[in-house]
Amino acid sequence: MSIDRRNFLKLAGLGTVGLAASPAIDLFASVKVPEVSKKSGKRWAMVIDLPKCHSEKDCTSCVDACHKTHNVPDFGNPKDEIKWIWKESFHGAFHDVGHEHLKEDILHGPSIVLCNHCDNPPCVKACPTQSTWKREEDGIVMMDWHRCIGCRYCVVACPYGARSFNWRDPRQAENMKDINLDYPTRMRGVVEKCTFCEELLAKGKLPSCVDACKAGALTFGDLNDSHSKVRELLENNFTIRRRPGLGTQPQIYYIV
Amino acid sequence: MSDKRNIIIGVIIFILLMTIPIWLNLATGTSTERPELEKPKGDACVMDKEYMTSYHMDLLNEWREEVVRNGEREHIAPDGKKYDRSLTNTCLDCHPSKEKFCDQCHNYLGVKPYCWSCHIVPEEFK
Repeated sequence: MSIDRRNFLKLAGLGTVGLAASPAIDLFASVKVPEVSKKSGKRWAMVIDLPKCHSEKDCTSCVDACHKTHNVPDFGNPKDEIKWIWKESFHGAFHDVGHEHLKEDILHGPSIVLCNHCDNPPCVKACPTQSTWKREEDGIVMMDWHRCIGCRYCVVACPYGARSFNWRDPRQAENMKDINLDYPTRMRGVVEKCTFCEELLAKGKLPSCVDACKAGALTFGDLNDSHSKVRELLENNFTIRRRPGLGTQPQIYYIV
Repeated sequence: MSDKRNIIIGVIIFILLMTIPIWLNLATGTSTERPELEKPKGDACVMDKEYMTSYHMDLLNEWREEVVRNGEREHIAPDGKKYDRSLTNTCLDCHPSKEKFCDQCHNYLGVKPYCWSCHIVPEEFK
């Protein structure tokens, strides 16, 4: 079979278009919201029942327990504040969800917020030393403070403000005189955040905030276990997450 | 060869200057004091004594890596005994005083490990 010049050029052109199209198709195919991993093993998650939480007025047990357990310093000023779990205004936590005629107690009551242990964590992508990473076996977004170089890329990357930088030596804080001897402190120049109490989970205990909650508003469990308490709550209640449009897939769910 | 005398004097002065740390140490007697370590409380270590003397830093790095990154918290000693991989809760159980144990050699050798800027020595907080 002979081929003339005109047909040869046509075929070559078609081939080039085909080669160029394949990566372009891949690119469009990859722009989708990732699904919650269904890999073997656990997927820790938390359900926070805001009405139950509000039933205990001015309660700070979860925050106090967490910060005591993990030697989180308190310098008494917002500039140096270190937060693992804290109270946020509803607007601060869910500014893209609420509206001004929302139920009064939800709108004006505090929302308990912490690291969302996202399934698609932006902080992990930002970290240049892999000192923060997502554990494949249980989904916890962990931190290795030994490796943190204090670049604060993760602080910028986290859309939830869940990461705090130690501007000062945490041991100089007033509340560190009453230190928890079983847990280390951090040092100046290191970023820290909630670790879902992985050190307690390893001993088969519940996270300290869940353990401390008097109202029973915090429920912790395994999303991959269809009989777990978190799955039961998620199936029987309408729940929301913080800034779902970002595609980070937060694993802290809120009953409002 | 009229400079012979000057050269010899120069060489002697040079050697004396180069070896001045030795003479200073001999004069002040600091180098003759070998570090004295406090006897541990327990009777067995997580590894044998010779290994720990030379390689405890490697062991601690390995523990750090295993616990933080792989979630493996158990150390099995050569005699089969199991230990929690923890600096504060395992090492310091037998060697409670950082000052009388760790610091002895570290100061002698002039090394400054930064373990303690985060890890807690319970004795210092009592």
